[in-house]
Amino acid sequence: MRVGVYVCHCGGNISEVVDVKKVAEAAGAHADVVISRDYEHMCSDLGQKLIADDIAEHKLDRVVVAACSPQFQGGTFMRVLETSGLNPHVLEMANIREHCSWCHGDSPAEATGKAVSLTNMAIARVRLDEALEKRTMPIGHRTLVVGGGIAGIQTALDLGDSGFQVHLVERSPSIGGKMAQLSRTFPTEDCSACILSPKMADVPANPNIELLTYSEVESVEGHLGGFEVTVVRKARYVDPDKCVACGLCEEKCPVSVPNEYEEGLTSRKAIYVPFGFAVPNKNVIDESVCLRLTKGGTVCGLCQKVCPHDAISFDDKPRTERITVDTIVVATGYDTFDAAKKTVYGYGRYENVVTAMQMERMIVHAAEGSPIRPIKGRIGFIQCVGSRDEQVGNEYCSRVCCMYASKLSQLLKRSDPKRDVYVFYTDLRAFGKGFEEYYKRGQEAGVKFVRGRVAELLEDPVTKKVTVKVEDTLSRQIIESEFDLVVLSVGMEPNAGTESIAGMLRLTKSPDGFLQEAHPKFKPVDTLTEGVFLAGTVQGPKDIPDTVSQASAAAARAIRLMNQGEHVLSPVVAFVHESACDGCGECVAACPVEAISVTSGVARISEAECTGCGACISSCPTDALDLRAYTNDQLLAEVREAVGEGGGRGTAVLVFADDMTGYRLADNVGTARLTYDTDSRIIRVPSGSRVTPKLMLEAFAAGAGGILIAESEEKSSPYAGSAKVMRKNVAVARQALEDRGIEPERVRSIEFVTVMLAKFAAEVNGLAALVRKLGPIPEDKRNYLSKGIGERRLVDSR
Amino acid sequence: MADKIVISSENETFLAKIIELSGEAVTVCDQCGTCSGSCPMIAEMDLTPSQMMRMVQLGQRETLDSKTMWLCASCFACTVRCPRGLDLSKVAEALRQVTLRKAIDHIDIRAIPADELAELPQIALVGALRKLTG
Repeated sequence: MRVGVYVCHCGGNISEVVDVKKVAEAAGAHADVVISRDYEHMCSDLGQKLIADDIAEHKLDRVVVAACSPQFQGGTFMRVLETSGLNPHVLEMANIREHCSWCHGDSPAEATGKAVSLTNMAIARVRLDEALEKRTMPIGHRTLVVGGGIAGIQTALDLGDSGFQVHLVERSPSIGGKMAQLSRTFPTEDCSACILSPKMADVPANPNIELLTYSEVESVEGHLGGFEVTVVRKARYVDPDKCVACGLCEEKCPVSVPNEYEEGLTSRKAIYVPFGFAVPNKNVIDESVCLRLTKGGTVCGLCQKVCPHDAISFDDKPRTERITVDTIVVATGYDTFDAAKKTVYGYGRYENVVTAMQMERMIVHAAEGSPIRPIKGRIGFIQCVGSRDEQVGNEYCSRVCCMYASKLSQLLKRSDPKRDVYVFYTDLRAFGKGFEEYYKRGQEAGVKFVRGRVAELLEDPVTKKVTVKVEDTLSRQIIESEFDLVVLSVGMEPNAGTESIAGMLRLTKSPDGFLQEAHPKFKPVDTLTEGVFLAGTVQGPKDIPDTVSQASAAAARAIRLMNQGEHVLSPVVAFVHESACDGCGECVAACPVEAISVTSGVARISEAECTGCGACISSCPTDALDLRAYTNDQLLAEVREAVGEGGGRGTAVLVFADDMTGYRLADNVGTARLTYDTDSRIIRVPSGSRVTPKLMLEAFAAGAGGILIAESEEKSSPYAGSAKVMRKNVAVARQALEDRGIEPERVRSIEFVTVMLAKFAAEVNGLAALVRKLGPIPEDKRNYLSKGIGERRLVDSR
Repeated sequence: MADKIVISSENETFLAKIIELSGEAVTVCDQCGTCSGSCPMIAEMDLTPSQMMRMVQLGQRETLDSKTMWLCASCFACTVRCPRGLDLSKVAEALRQVTLRKAIDHIDIRAIPADELAELPQIALVGALRKLTG
């Protein structure tokens, strides 16, 4: 065997903590490592060439790259191997950045030791790597776009115009989203409705787009090239084919409720058209307030009686539709921060405190000459409401409030130059194209910008005027003055629907609660779920130009996949050591996707159906089952290196991290620079169920001090039933330890979601502390343990 | 002429001292002024709380000449509102500690007549002896 080892500096990201020369040197000491180098940037062209040249010159047949997480550059190096004539699967990556230099920045000596160990683990693993066959599946030209705001509209139009089939699903009765509510857009002051409405009209006019409004995605199964989507089409009670939105029904309807589109400043009827330029421009009945639909019988029914087109039916029922698509774009948008949560500003209690979105509507109507609420006297804007504020749990900047306040304030000032308009800000961020110039126009118009975050608002109980209390931090004087109207510049928060769509598509969230892109620089609209893309504010606060750019980017990324015609599948599938199989069939029941059958007395795996979770392996009483790329031998070799020579110090904590959540969570912990115990080794597994009780006991016999299984939370796991199998395996292992006089609490399992960064670090530290308290497992017990494992069946797993 | 701020390594030392004593990451204060707007004692202060934070960030030892930290009543109005989650009352306490630890007596107890001394509450004596407000 001829192994090449490459240790990356990552431009200091690794080398500023880890002594990379030492790591390369230690790796070079293995007899079968014929070349071991360290290099500034392994992923650069030159770094890749270095490997390619060495493969040719030194006839390498195995490669180890000690660098970042394989989820970032794994593909790059696999391609290097492939173009150099090696099978891409004889590559291993030692993650010495996210799992080492970034999470142990405060202890460089230990980090270097750990990097050596991680590299040794990869070497041990690579020796047992096999060349795996490429598997592909066909992929078609169908996309689901979730969300019909400007992001979803742009994505759908780009895809439709490119000849791809689009299903655009929107939760509310009309597309248009938040942009449809805005007065004008900064910094050009285009009328928002005027530029948006033609785009909205283009959607139903596009022959490639099927528009599903008033519909919600209920579930998504399957994967890239074959997502099976269930959409619930809510009951409209109005036949859109017959309705012409004449408005007769609305005139007669006796029920009035706050109008969402007008931010509650006006009311609408129970039967209504969401707004003037709604698409589709059809009536719908709000079943939660309609008299007939809430009370039943023959109550009311006026709308039905008056409808000249016989369009209304109170018997309408929600319908379920199933759609098969190849890719999905998530564009579910944002919600504005609930200003009532910032109690010191009295929103909802003080009469003259409104949100910026309400001001948008007030300005629209004032400009049309039909004000819905008077705008007079001195007006103050308060910035950063719900943004950059740890007291409400939002650390991030919402990116749009500075500019929309600049816009609203100067629109108000220019419409009445005698009006006093103040903007109280913390920092004024005018970073976009034309923003600074636009801010200056506001200053020219006479808007007064005061640098200070408003501490509190007080309402005069008689006049209802609002006193603003704030420090002008530039003059260091306290301002305590009355305003007639105060506008809260509320920030953006993840939309209420983000959680459920993230769960269905197994998407991860960043610490701010918005959805996480696959790579912050190079895959800004991809997600870690293949075939699923993000567009717009669901990924983080952004303005309209950025949203539209991202929407077009998401469409392009989806097209890139779909145009390839086929998709390469993971070669990680289960296989059977036929000589060991006695055809008992226990694995058939254990397989969550029914990929195993027993024919002619031997278990057979259907590779097309096998998802590679590894849940079947612990079910086999004769150790006949195994998993490609995660074989029993490979995992054991990795474990032995992880604990160190001769069992090491006996305190190592092995973290078996599942690919979907545990491993990525550990990566995120590193990226966030959280630190945890250095005596920990993260071992990647496809799912927690792959960690068999036998492997756990072998690990303890080899000298491990503790085992933590970091598994996906059941509902976000890509592998049905994995968590259940994992829990059973843990229980079996604990019992086996207890039977042998070893503390069962050395084995722990946690079911994570990828945002639990601090919890991950705390769990590793907690187990490490426990193991240190318990001490290493005494040698006699370890010997006993290794003898026990030799038996044909460890513990009856039934 | 406007005052000049001279920055030297002394400034870093002073900042580090206050961070250590207070346990607060003074450098993350983004000077929004929420503390000053919330402070019930602001009318009596020579530096606003946010100004006090700014001077500590820059390591200006002159902060100690201010009355502000002695007037801080630890009511926590600033602390519960600080958008960066800072506890300003701890920073004020750190500033007080720097002065208190010099153990300078501000009054001469021997000069107080014995009968008056017997009447005075302990806390007033300690306050007068150590604190600048005495």
